[in-house]
Amino acid sequence: MTQSSARPTPASPTPPGGHLLEVRDLHVEFRTREGVARVINGVTYHLDAGETLAVLGESGSGKSVTAQAIMGILDTPPAYVRGGQILYQGRDLLTRPEEERRQIRGTEIAMIFQDALSALNPVFPVGWQIGESLRERAGMSRADARRRTTELMDLVRIPAAAKRLGDYPHQFSGGMRQRVMIAMALALDPKVLIADEPTTALDVTVQAQIMDLLADLRRDLGTALILITHDLGVVAGVADRIAVMYAGRIVEHADVRALYRAPAHPYTKGLLESIPRLDVRGQELSSIRGLPPNLMAIPSGCPFHPRCPYVQQVCVDEVPHDLVLGDGRTSACHFAQEVHDDSAG
Amino acid sequence: MLRFILRRLLQMVLAFFGTTLIVYALMFAGQGDPIQALAGERPVTPAQRAYLTEKYHLDATGVGGFFYRYFNYLGGLVQGDLGQSLTGRQISDILAAAWPVTLKLAVIAMAVTVIFGVTAGVIAAIRRSGVFDHATLVLTLLVLGIPTIVLAPLAQYFFGVRWPIFPPTAGAQPSFYALLLPGIVLGSLSLATALRLTRTSVTENLRADYVRTARSKGLRRRRIVGVHVLRNSLIPVITFLGVELGNLMGGAIITEGVFNVPGVGFNLFRGIRTEDGPLVVGIVSVLVVVYLLSNLVVDVLYAVLDPRIRYE
Repeated sequence: MTQSSARPTPASPTPPGGHLLEVRDLHVEFRTREGVARVINGVTYHLDAGETLAVLGESGSGKSVTAQAIMGILDTPPAYVRGGQILYQGRDLLTRPEEERRQIRGTEIAMIFQDALSALNPVFPVGWQIGESLRERAGMSRADARRRTTELMDLVRIPAAAKRLGDYPHQFSGGMRQRVMIAMALALDPKVLIADEPTTALDVTVQAQIMDLLADLRRDLGTALILITHDLGVVAGVADRIAVMYAGRIVEHADVRALYRAPAHPYTKGLLESIPRLDVRGQELSSIRGLPPNLMAIPSGCPFHPRCPYVQQVCVDEVPHDLVLGDGRTSACHFAQEVHDDSAG
Repeated sequence: MLRFILRRLLQMVLAFFGTTLIVYALMFAGQGDPIQALAGERPVTPAQRAYLTEKYHLDATGVGGFFYRYFNYLGGLVQGDLGQSLTGRQISDILAAAWPVTLKLAVIAMAVTVIFGVTAGVIAAIRRSGVFDHATLVLTLLVLGIPTIVLAPLAQYFFGVRWPIFPPTAGAQPSFYALLLPGIVLGSLSLATALRLTRTSVTENLRADYVRTARSKGLRRRRIVGVHVLRNSLIPVITFLGVELGNLMGGAIITEGVFNVPGVGFNLFRGIRTEDGPLVVGIVSVLVVVYLLSNLVVDVLYAVLDPRIRYE
């Protein structure tokens, strides 16, 4: 599913030749008592207007930290941005003063979080929390904000929205709470929506509903979406492109269909093979051996080499560069072509 | 909610009977000869003895007699008659004079606690591990470590005698200014606790997920801390302050004693010292009601502050 021409392209001024949002060689470290953890080690990805990028990876791979760096809501300390650029409409957010970054949050780039119950303030009604952005940021009157809040809650398909404005987060089901989060993020009509594991805390049927909602909203509103997840199943139907993260790096970056058809990085290949399949029965489920790396002592060379079935001496010695495989897909593996051909065959 | 309040009020009736019974029993059951105790060292003539025996229903003896007198007393209490103290004054008159003084003292102490304790707690939490945070930690530990019986005379000596900023004692009709020093001493203890509690609560809430959400909405830090964090952090603090106010309303025996403030605690202490049974039981009975009511108010307030709490 590549970008179709039917999708409305927003009038946002993306500089010619540039992307709406671009992360370039981002480095973030966490300074703790135990030592320095290098959480993000040169992440590079981009997002164009109206498209969906899935960022895939296991816990601790740096997906959320990258997102929080984009939003400018990293907790410092312990997190420090050590290098790189985050370009939004051509300007580097990392060099901008906090006040300017605050202005961008919510209006340009908005974010929804994994656990809506803890992400919403427990002591304020949901209508108040959605309307807060409208009153505080957009300068709406209480009555206007209330009206718009009801519209937003309708938009995310919360039944009887007008009656539920005064309800508190704990009075909603998990799925409805996540809808409230989405309504809140959309309040100021952002151009980029970052969804950080939006369905992880939900059960499967509700997960599907939320993913459908996000896909519909993206189509109707033309909002670009960064979908952070560790669940390959969630990604397939929604994303245009996938960036796979491992140990704070993008190890593979490809069009979603191309990646599913033939992964070009051993880590992605392992992830795909570990999905239970109905058509291959009676076999033991394969898994990636070993454990995610300790970020305070990342293995030399390719950080995946201790777990990799393709490992050679070069993997221990040299950090692989992104290998371009055509169609804009890249893989940070010394043997990307071999892995790709293996998978395709 | 209404059912909760009604049930609590019913429980209060039981608690009230229970506590008054215990206090009544402690005060009177142990006395060998109440009439001699009443007279002190002076001799009692048979005529006086006969009169007092009848007046206080002492002709009925044993457990039956005790309960007869207890229910007789309760009967008066329920009708608002607190009886007379041994000195012959109406206990309701004594309380009517003492309570406004204690109330003023409580308000001063509470104001000191809220203005300094809660504010400093919030600042200490925002500037965690800073100079202010460490300074308040040391000071509050110091205050919490010194008992009132030491703190009150020290304050009286330094600020009343050595550097006479305040009058050292309050006197019979204390002015607001005269109550200021005892009020501050009284408030300093709950101030220290309120400060620690506020600091912990704000620190915890600053780390909460909803703060990250508020930041991602592009709200100003002032609003995130002042509205989102504070509203959550003050739930335990206000609960504490409510209980504390209930305590303060009951009078402060030591502080009122040291500064000679004619409040409830002062009168209660005098009653205990002079073995004035009716006075002690009268005051304690009213204190029990005040304390139970203030606790009920705190419980209701807690549900109002935290929408997650619903009483069935």
